Amino acid sequence: MGLGREKRPLIARRAAHELQNGMIVNLGIGIPTMVADFVPEGIHVVFQAENGILGYGTSPREGEEDPFVCNAGGLPVTLMDEASYFDSTVAFGMIRRGFLDLTVLGALQVSEKGDLANWIVPGKRVPGMGGAIDLAQKAKRVVVVTEHVSRDGLPKILRECTYPLTVRESVDLIITDMAVIEVTPSGLVLKEVAREYEVADVVRATEAPLFIPEDVGQF
Amino acid sequence: MVGPINVREQALSKVATLEEALAYINDGTILMYGGFGGIGSPPTLIEGILQKGVKDLFLIGNDTGFPGVGIGRLVTAGRVRKLVTSHIGSNPNAGEQMYRGALEVEFCPQGTLAERIRAGGMGLGGILTDVGIGTVVEEGKQKVEVNGKEYLIETSLTAEVAIIHAAKADPFGNLTYARSGRNFNPLVAMAADITIVEADEIVPLGALDPEEIVTPGIYVNMVIPSQGVNWKWAWEEKKGR
Repeated sequence: MGLGREKRPLIARRAAHELQNGMIVNLGIGIPTMVADFVPEGIHVVFQAENGILGYGTSPREGEEDPFVCNAGGLPVTLMDEASYFDSTVAFGMIRRGFLDLTVLGALQVSEKGDLANWIVPGKRVPGMGGAIDLAQKAKRVVVVTEHVSRDGLPKILRECTYPLTVRESVDLIITDMAVIEVTPSGLVLKEVAREYEVADVVRATEAPLFIPEDVGQF
Repeated sequence: MVGPINVREQALSKVATLEEALAYINDGTILMYGGFGGIGSPPTLIEGILQKGVKDLFLIGNDTGFPGVGIGRLVTAGRVRKLVTSHIGSNPNAGEQMYRGALEVEFCPQGTLAERIRAGGMGLGGILTDVGIGTVVEEGKQKVEVNGKEYLIETSLTAEVAIIHAAKADPFGNLTYARSGRNFNPLVAMAADITIVEADEIVPLGALDPEEIVTPGIYVNMVIPSQGVNWKWAWEEKKGR
Protein backbone atom coordinates (compact mmCIF):
# COMPACT_ATOMS: atom_id res chain seq x y z
CA MET A 1 0.00 0.00 0.00
CA GLY A 2 3.04 2.25 -0.27
CA LEU A 3 3.13 5.41 -2.22
CA GLY A 4 3.93 4.72 -5.85
CA ARG A 5 7.02 6.60 -6.97
CA GLU A 6 5.06 8.30 -9.70
CA LYS A 7 2.77 9.83 -7.07
CA ARG A 8 5.54 11.77 -5.37
CA PRO A 9 5.93 14.18 -8.32
CA LEU A 10 2.13 14.48 -8.39
CA ILE A 11 2.11 15.70 -4.79
CA ALA A 12 5.09 17.99 -5.40
CA ARG A 13 3.47 19.46 -8.50
CA ARG A 14 0.27 20.24 -6.58
CA ALA A 15 2.28 21.76 -3.72
CA ALA A 16 4.08 24.00 -6.22
CA HIS A 17 0.72 25.66 -6.94
CA GLU A 18 0.88 27.13 -3.43
CA LEU A 19 3.84 29.29 -4.53
CA GLN A 20 3.19 32.97 -5.16
CA ASN A 21 5.42 35.64 -6.64
CA GLY A 22 8.05 36.99 -4.27
CA MET A 23 7.64 34.35 -1.58
CA ILE A 24 10.62 33.15 0.45
CA VAL A 25 10.19 29.37 0.64
CA ASN A 26 11.93 26.54 2.47
CA LEU A 27 11.46 22.95 1.32
CA GLY A 28 11.96 19.98 3.65
CA ILE A 29 13.67 16.72 2.73
CA GLY A 30 11.89 14.14 0.53
CA ILE A 31 8.79 15.04 -1.50
CA PRO A 32 9.10 18.74 -0.50
CA THR A 33 12.53 18.94 -2.17
CA MET A 34 10.93 18.08 -5.52
CA VAL A 35 8.73 21.19 -5.43
CA ALA A 36 11.66 23.31 -6.70
CA ASP A 37 11.46 21.43 -10.01
CA PHE A 38 7.74 22.17 -10.49
CA VAL A 39 7.53 25.94 -10.08
CA PRO A 40 4.69 27.05 -12.38
CA GLU A 41 5.51 29.23 -15.40
CA GLY A 42 5.55 32.91 -14.50
CA ILE A 43 5.95 32.35 -10.76
CA HIS A 44 9.14 33.66 -9.16
CA VAL A 45 9.97 32.68 -5.59
CA VAL A 46 13.20 32.60 -3.60
CA PHE A 47 14.07 29.20 -2.16
CA GLN A 48 15.96 29.12 1.12
CA ALA A 49 17.95 26.04 2.11
CA GLU A 50 18.77 25.90 5.81
CA ASN A 51 22.25 24.57 5.05
CA GLY A 52 23.05 28.10 3.97
CA ILE A 53 21.73 29.15 0.56
CA LEU A 54 19.13 31.80 -0.20
CA GLY A 55 18.15 31.78 -3.85
CA TYR A 56 18.64 28.35 -5.36
CA GLY A 57 16.87 27.03 -8.45
CA THR A 58 16.15 23.75 -10.17
CA SER A 59 18.32 20.62 -10.17
CA PRO A 60 21.36 20.96 -12.43
CA ARG A 61 21.77 18.92 -15.60
CA GLU A 62 23.66 15.69 -15.16
CA GLY A 63 27.38 16.37 -15.25
CA GLU A 64 26.96 19.99 -14.13
CA GLU A 65 26.56 19.29 -10.41
CA ASP A 66 28.69 21.16 -7.86
CA PRO A 67 28.96 18.96 -4.72
CA PHE A 68 29.32 22.14 -2.66
CA VAL A 69 26.10 23.70 -3.96
CA CYS A 70 23.43 21.46 -2.49
CA ASN A 71 20.08 21.76 -0.75
CA ALA A 72 19.43 20.56 2.79
CA GLY A 73 18.79 17.04 1.50
CA GLY A 74 22.31 16.93 0.07
CA LEU A 75 21.13 17.09 -3.54
CA PRO A 76 22.86 19.43 -6.01
CA VAL A 77 20.96 22.57 -7.00
CA THR A 78 21.58 25.51 -9.30
CA LEU A 79 21.84 29.12 -8.15
CA MET A 80 19.65 32.06 -9.12
CA ASP A 81 21.07 35.54 -9.68
CA GLU A 82 20.03 36.68 -6.19
CA ALA A 83 21.79 33.79 -4.41
CA SER A 84 23.85 34.18 -1.23
CA TYR A 85 25.64 31.83 1.17
CA PHE A 86 25.65 32.09 4.96
CA ASP A 87 26.28 30.05 8.08
CA SER A 88 23.71 28.02 10.01
CA THR A 89 22.96 30.68 12.63
CA VAL A 90 22.02 33.14 9.88
CA ALA A 91 19.99 30.43 8.13
CA PHE A 92 17.92 29.94 11.26
CA GLY A 93 17.91 33.59 12.24
CA MET A 94 15.96 34.19 9.02
CA ILE A 95 13.58 31.43 9.98
CA ARG A 96 13.03 32.51 13.60
CA ARG A 97 12.49 36.14 12.58
CA GLY A 98 9.58 35.03 10.41
CA PHE A 99 11.07 35.82 7.00
CA LEU A 100 9.87 32.52 5.56
CA ASP A 101 6.53 32.98 3.82
CA LEU A 102 6.07 29.28 3.29
CA THR A 103 7.60 26.00 4.32
CA VAL A 104 6.73 22.65 2.77
CA LEU A 105 7.40 19.74 5.13
CA GLY A 106 6.94 15.98 5.17
CA ALA A 107 4.85 14.25 7.84
CA LEU A 108 4.51 11.04 9.79
CA GLN A 109 1.22 12.22 11.30
CA VAL A 110 -0.89 15.40 11.16
CA SER A 111 -3.81 16.16 13.45
CA GLU A 112 -7.07 17.97 12.75
CA LYS A 113 -5.79 20.83 14.90
CA GLY A 114 -2.73 21.24 12.71
CA ASP A 115 -0.29 19.45 15.01
CA LEU A 116 2.58 17.86 13.10
CA ALA A 117 4.71 14.82 14.01
CA ASN A 118 7.60 14.17 11.67
CA TRP A 119 10.82 13.37 13.50
CA ILE A 120 10.45 10.24 15.59
CA VAL A 121 8.64 6.89 15.47
CA PRO A 122 9.01 5.82 19.09
CA GLY A 123 10.79 2.50 19.45
CA LYS A 124 11.41 2.21 15.72
CA ARG A 125 13.08 5.09 13.98
CA VAL A 126 14.48 8.42 15.10
CA PRO A 127 15.66 10.52 12.17
CA GLY A 128 15.80 13.61 14.39
CA MET A 129 14.07 16.94 13.94
CA GLY A 130 16.75 18.68 11.90
CA GLY A 131 15.31 22.13 11.18
CA ALA A 132 11.69 20.99 11.15
CA ILE A 133 10.74 22.38 14.58
CA ASP A 134 12.24 25.80 13.82
CA LEU A 135 10.54 25.87 10.40
CA ALA A 136 7.14 24.53 11.43
CA GLN A 137 6.94 26.89 14.38
CA LYS A 138 8.15 30.05 12.62
CA ALA A 139 7.21 29.99 8.92
CA LYS A 140 4.18 32.15 8.10
CA ARG A 141 2.48 29.27 6.29
CA VAL A 142 3.09 25.53 6.77
CA VAL A 143 2.13 23.12 4.01
CA VAL A 144 2.51 19.42 4.71
CA VAL A 145 3.04 16.99 1.83
CA THR A 146 2.69 13.29 2.53
CA GLU A 147 1.25 10.02 1.34
CA HIS A 148 -2.32 9.92 2.60
CA VAL A 149 -1.85 6.65 4.50
CA SER A 150 1.27 5.02 5.97
CA ARG A 151 3.16 2.11 4.38
CA ASP A 152 1.06 -0.18 6.55
CA GLY A 153 -2.12 1.39 5.21
CA LEU A 154 -2.86 3.27 8.43
CA PRO A 155 -4.30 6.80 8.36
CA LYS A 156 -1.77 9.58 8.88
CA ILE A 157 -4.34 12.38 9.19
CA LEU A 158 -5.65 11.86 12.71
CA ARG A 159 -7.75 13.38 15.48
CA GLU A 160 -4.61 13.45 17.64
CA CYS A 161 -1.01 12.60 16.74
CA THR A 162 0.32 9.63 18.71
CA TYR A 163 4.02 10.31 17.97
CA PRO A 164 5.96 13.08 19.73
CA LEU A 165 5.16 16.41 18.10
CA THR A 166 7.28 18.64 15.93
CA VAL A 167 4.90 21.54 16.45
CA ARG A 168 1.43 22.29 17.82
CA GLU A 169 -1.39 23.87 15.81
CA SER A 170 0.76 25.19 13.02
CA VAL A 171 -0.09 23.30 9.82
CA ASP A 172 -2.22 25.28 7.34
CA LEU A 173 -2.64 22.88 4.42
CA ILE A 174 -2.19 19.13 3.83
CA ILE A 175 -1.45 17.86 0.31
CA THR A 176 -1.45 14.10 -0.30
CA ASP A 177 -1.71 11.70 -3.23
CA MET A 178 -5.48 11.61 -2.57
CA ALA A 179 -6.52 15.07 -1.45
CA VAL A 180 -5.86 18.66 -0.53
CA ILE A 181 -7.12 19.44 2.96
CA GLU A 182 -7.20 22.80 4.72
CA VAL A 183 -6.73 23.05 8.46
CA THR A 184 -9.22 25.57 9.90
CA PRO A 185 -10.05 26.52 13.49
CA SER A 186 -13.22 24.43 13.20
CA GLY A 187 -11.51 21.36 11.71
CA LEU A 188 -10.32 19.86 8.44
CA VAL A 189 -11.94 21.00 5.20
CA LEU A 190 -11.64 18.88 2.05
CA LYS A 191 -10.65 21.27 -0.76
CA GLU A 192 -9.66 18.95 -3.61
CA VAL A 193 -9.64 15.25 -4.46
CA ALA A 194 -7.14 13.60 -6.81
CA ARG A 195 -8.63 12.42 -10.11
CA GLU A 196 -8.06 8.77 -9.25
CA TYR A 197 -10.27 8.95 -6.15
CA GLU A 198 -13.80 9.71 -4.93
CA VAL A 199 -14.64 11.81 -1.87
CA ALA A 200 -15.69 8.62 -0.08
CA ASP A 201 -12.20 7.11 -0.60
CA VAL A 202 -10.62 10.13 1.07
CA VAL A 203 -13.05 10.05 3.99
CA ARG A 204 -12.32 6.35 4.51
CA ALA A 205 -8.55 6.90 4.50
CA THR A 206 -8.72 9.82 6.95
CA GLU A 207 -9.20 9.20 10.66
CA ALA A 208 -10.03 12.81 11.52
CA PRO A 209 -13.48 14.10 10.54
CA LEU A 210 -13.57 16.03 7.24
CA PHE A 211 -15.92 18.84 6.36
CA ILE A 212 -17.04 18.31 2.77
CA PRO A 213 -18.07 21.54 1.06
CA GLU A 214 -20.29 21.41 -2.04
CA ASP A 215 -17.55 22.63 -4.33
CA VAL A 216 -14.73 20.11 -3.80
CA GLY A 217 -12.16 20.62 -6.58
CA GLN A 218 -10.06 18.12 -8.48
CA PHE A 219 -6.31 17.90 -9.12
CA MET B 1 60.27 42.68 0.17
CA VAL B 2 60.27 38.89 0.07
CA GLY B 3 62.49 38.54 3.16
CA PRO B 4 60.44 40.55 5.69
CA ILE B 5 57.14 39.07 4.50
CA ASN B 6 58.42 35.53 4.90
CA VAL B 7 59.70 36.28 8.39
CA ARG B 8 56.29 37.57 9.45
CA GLU B 9 54.55 34.65 7.79
CA GLN B 10 56.86 32.22 9.59
CA ALA B 11 56.28 33.91 12.93
CA LEU B 12 52.51 33.72 12.57
CA SER B 13 52.20 30.44 10.69
CA LYS B 14 49.96 27.68 11.98
CA VAL B 15 50.50 25.40 9.01
CA ALA B 16 50.98 21.87 10.31
CA THR B 17 50.92 18.24 9.23
CA LEU B 18 48.07 15.79 9.58
CA GLU B 19 50.09 13.88 12.20
CA GLU B 20 50.56 17.02 14.30
CA ALA B 21 46.85 17.71 14.10
CA LEU B 22 45.84 14.17 15.03
CA ALA B 23 47.89 14.39 18.24
CA TYR B 24 45.01 16.44 19.66
CA ILE B 25 42.33 13.87 18.81
CA ASN B 26 42.30 10.86 21.11
CA ASP B 27 39.93 8.36 22.70
CA GLY B 28 37.09 10.24 24.38
CA THR B 29 37.88 13.66 22.88
CA ILE B 30 34.95 16.10 22.73
CA LEU B 31 34.99 16.92 19.04
CA MET B 32 32.96 19.47 17.13
CA TYR B 33 32.80 19.23 13.37
CA GLY B 34 31.64 21.35 10.49
CA GLY B 35 29.49 19.96 7.71
CA PHE B 36 25.92 19.40 6.64
CA GLY B 37 25.20 16.00 5.11
CA GLY B 38 28.98 15.70 4.80
CA ILE B 39 29.28 18.89 2.73
CA GLY B 40 31.90 20.97 4.50
CA SER B 41 33.18 18.14 6.69
CA PRO B 42 36.98 17.77 6.47
CA PRO B 43 37.74 14.52 4.60
CA THR B 44 41.48 14.27 5.31
CA LEU B 45 41.08 14.78 9.07
CA ILE B 46 38.22 12.26 9.21
CA GLU B 47 40.32 9.71 7.31
CA GLY B 48 43.20 10.42 9.72
CA ILE B 49 41.00 9.87 12.79
CA LEU B 50 39.82 6.56 11.29
CA GLN B 51 43.38 5.44 10.53
CA LYS B 52 44.60 6.43 13.99
CA GLY B 53 41.99 4.15 15.53
CA VAL B 54 40.52 6.78 17.85
CA LYS B 55 37.35 5.62 19.64
CA ASP B 56 34.70 6.69 22.19
CA LEU B 57 34.46 10.14 20.61
CA PHE B 58 31.91 12.66 21.90
CA LEU B 59 30.76 14.46 18.78
CA ILE B 60 28.88 17.75 18.46
CA GLY B 61 27.65 18.72 15.01
CA ASN B 62 24.65 19.13 12.76
CA ASP B 63 24.08 15.59 11.53
CA THR B 64 25.70 12.19 11.03
CA GLY B 65 26.18 12.51 7.28
CA PHE B 66 25.61 9.39 5.25
CA PRO B 67 27.04 5.94 6.09
CA GLY B 68 30.16 6.47 3.95
CA VAL B 69 30.14 10.26 3.79
CA GLY B 70 31.58 12.90 6.14
CA ILE B 71 31.47 12.34 9.89
CA GLY B 72 29.16 9.40 9.10
CA ARG B 73 32.29 7.36 8.43
CA LEU B 74 33.31 7.62 12.11
CA VAL B 75 29.79 6.68 13.24
CA THR B 76 29.64 3.74 10.85
CA ALA B 77 33.02 2.50 12.13
CA GLY B 78 31.68 2.55 15.72
CA ARG B 79 34.12 5.23 16.91
CA VAL B 80 31.49 7.45 18.50
CA ARG B 81 30.09 7.05 22.02
CA LYS B 82 28.02 10.19 22.37
CA LEU B 83 26.50 12.72 20.02
CA VAL B 84 24.75 16.08 20.23
CA THR B 85 23.06 16.68 16.90
CA SER B 86 19.86 17.61 15.06
CA HIS B 87 19.50 14.81 12.52
CA ILE B 88 20.68 11.22 12.04
CA GLY B 89 18.07 10.15 9.47
CA SER B 90 20.45 9.88 6.51
CA ASN B 91 22.78 7.50 8.36
CA PRO B 92 20.92 4.33 9.44
CA ASN B 93 24.01 3.13 11.35
CA ALA B 94 23.53 5.94 13.85
CA GLY B 95 19.94 4.91 14.58
CA GLU B 96 20.87 1.24 14.80
CA GLN B 97 23.68 1.96 17.30
CA MET B 98 21.39 4.24 19.29
CA TYR B 99 18.77 1.50 19.68
CA ARG B 100 21.44 -1.02 20.59
CA GLY B 101 22.61 1.33 23.34
CA ALA B 102 26.07 1.75 21.79
CA LEU B 103 25.54 5.41 20.95
CA GLU B 104 24.02 8.07 23.19
CA VAL B 105 22.24 10.78 21.18
CA GLU B 106 20.97 14.15 22.37
CA PHE B 107 18.73 15.78 19.76
CA CYS B 108 18.47 19.51 19.42
CA PRO B 109 16.50 21.63 16.90
CA GLN B 110 18.96 22.70 14.23
CA GLY B 111 18.74 26.47 14.70
CA THR B 112 19.04 26.05 18.45
CA LEU B 113 22.07 23.77 18.03
CA ALA B 114 23.76 26.38 15.83
CA GLU B 115 23.07 29.11 18.41
CA ARG B 116 24.27 26.95 21.32
CA ILE B 117 27.57 26.43 19.51
CA ARG B 118 27.82 30.11 18.62
CA ALA B 119 27.09 31.02 22.25
CA GLY B 120 29.94 28.75 23.30
CA GLY B 121 32.22 30.45 20.80
CA MET B 122 31.11 33.91 21.91
CA GLY B 123 31.77 33.25 25.58
CA LEU B 124 28.10 33.19 26.58
CA GLY B 125 26.40 30.77 28.95
CA GLY B 126 23.47 30.04 26.69
CA ILE B 127 20.58 31.50 24.74
CA LEU B 128 16.84 32.09 25.18
CA THR B 129 14.54 30.69 22.51
CA ASP B 130 10.90 29.69 22.18
CA VAL B 131 11.67 27.05 19.53
CA GLY B 132 10.51 23.67 20.79
CA ILE B 133 8.17 24.92 23.51
CA GLY B 134 5.20 22.56 23.64
CA THR B 135 7.28 19.59 22.41
CA VAL B 136 9.65 17.09 24.07
CA VAL B 137 12.46 19.58 23.37
CA GLU B 138 11.46 21.53 26.47
CA GLU B 139 11.76 18.50 28.78
CA GLY B 140 14.25 19.04 31.60
CA LYS B 141 14.98 22.61 30.54
CA GLN B 142 14.58 25.76 32.59
CA LYS B 143 12.00 28.27 31.36
CA VAL B 144 12.10 32.02 31.87
CA GLU B 145 9.68 34.82 31.12
CA VAL B 146 11.19 37.90 29.49
CA ASN B 147 8.99 40.86 28.54
CA GLY B 148 5.90 38.69 28.88
CA LYS B 149 7.16 35.91 26.59
CA GLU B 150 8.17 32.44 27.62
CA TYR B 151 11.57 31.08 26.56
CA LEU B 152 13.66 27.98 27.08
CA ILE B 153 17.17 28.38 28.40
CA GLU B 154 19.40 26.49 26.02
CA THR B 155 22.93 26.13 27.35
CA SER B 156 26.01 26.90 25.29
CA LEU B 157 28.22 24.18 23.82
CA THR B 158 32.00 24.06 23.64
CA ALA B 159 34.46 21.33 22.71
CA GLU B 160 38.06 20.30 23.18
CA VAL B 161 38.74 20.17 19.46
CA ALA B 162 36.93 21.43 16.36
CA ILE B 163 37.61 20.14 12.86
CA ILE B 164 36.84 22.50 10.00
CA HIS B 165 36.80 22.45 6.24
CA ALA B 166 37.77 25.69 4.50
CA ALA B 167 38.12 26.63 0.85
CA LYS B 168 41.10 28.90 1.48
CA ALA B 169 43.27 29.48 4.52
CA ASP B 170 46.28 31.71 4.96
CA PRO B 171 49.05 30.69 7.39
CA PHE B 172 47.54 32.79 10.20
CA GLY B 173 44.29 30.80 9.85
CA ASN B 174 42.10 33.40 8.17
CA LEU B 175 39.42 31.41 6.37
CA THR B 176 36.97 31.44 3.52
CA TYR B 177 34.51 28.61 3.00
CA ALA B 178 33.27 26.48 0.13
CA ARG B 179 29.80 27.71 -0.83
CA SER B 180 27.16 25.61 1.01
CA GLY B 181 30.09 23.93 2.79
CA ARG B 182 30.13 26.91 5.16
CA ASN B 183 27.14 25.83 7.32
CA PHE B 184 28.41 24.99 10.86
CA ASN B 185 32.12 25.52 10.08
CA PRO B 186 32.51 29.16 11.19
CA LEU B 187 30.53 28.37 14.35
CA VAL B 188 32.45 25.31 15.53
CA ALA B 189 35.67 27.15 14.59
CA MET B 190 35.01 29.57 17.47
CA ALA B 191 33.77 27.10 20.08
CA ALA B 192 36.68 24.73 20.73
CA ASP B 193 39.93 24.90 22.71
CA ILE B 194 41.83 23.70 19.63
CA THR B 195 40.55 24.46 16.14
CA ILE B 196 42.05 22.47 13.30
CA VAL B 197 41.38 23.58 9.75
CA GLU B 198 41.69 21.47 6.65
CA ALA B 199 41.93 23.80 3.65
CA ASP B 200 41.55 23.05 -0.04
CA GLU B 201 44.07 25.79 -0.69
CA ILE B 202 46.66 27.39 1.60
CA VAL B 203 47.49 30.85 0.28
CA PRO B 204 50.29 33.23 1.35
CA LEU B 205 49.70 35.78 4.09
CA GLY B 206 48.16 38.83 2.45
CA ALA B 207 46.57 36.89 -0.42
CA LEU B 208 43.09 37.00 1.13
CA ASP B 209 41.21 40.28 0.98
CA PRO B 210 40.36 41.11 4.63
CA GLU B 211 36.87 41.90 3.33
CA GLU B 212 36.28 38.30 2.21
CA ILE B 213 37.56 36.57 5.36
CA VAL B 214 34.71 34.80 7.19
CA THR B 215 36.65 33.40 10.15
CA PRO B 216 39.50 35.53 11.52
CA GLY B 217 42.68 33.57 12.17
CA ILE B 218 42.60 34.21 15.93
CA TYR B 219 40.22 31.26 16.29
CA VAL B 220 42.46 28.83 14.41
CA ASN B 221 45.27 26.77 15.94
CA MET B 222 46.33 24.62 12.99
CA VAL B 223 45.98 24.60 9.23
CA ILE B 224 46.62 21.45 7.23
CA PRO B 225 46.33 20.90 3.48
CA SER B 226 43.31 18.88 2.29
CA GLN B 227 43.80 15.81 0.16
CA GLY B 228 40.26 16.31 -1.16
CA VAL B 229 36.98 14.47 -0.77
CA ASN B 230 37.57 10.70 -0.68
CA TRP B 231 33.95 9.53 -0.62
CA LYS B 232 31.17 9.30 -3.19
CA TRP B 233 28.25 11.64 -2.51
CA ALA B 234 24.84 10.04 -2.05
CA TRP B 235 23.53 11.59 -5.30
CA GLU B 236 26.49 10.12 -7.20
CA GLU B 237 25.79 6.65 -5.79
CA LYS B 238 22.15 6.88 -6.87
CA LYS B 239 23.18 7.64 -10.42
CA GLY B 240 25.72 4.82 -10.31
CA ARG B 241 28.57 7.18 -11.12
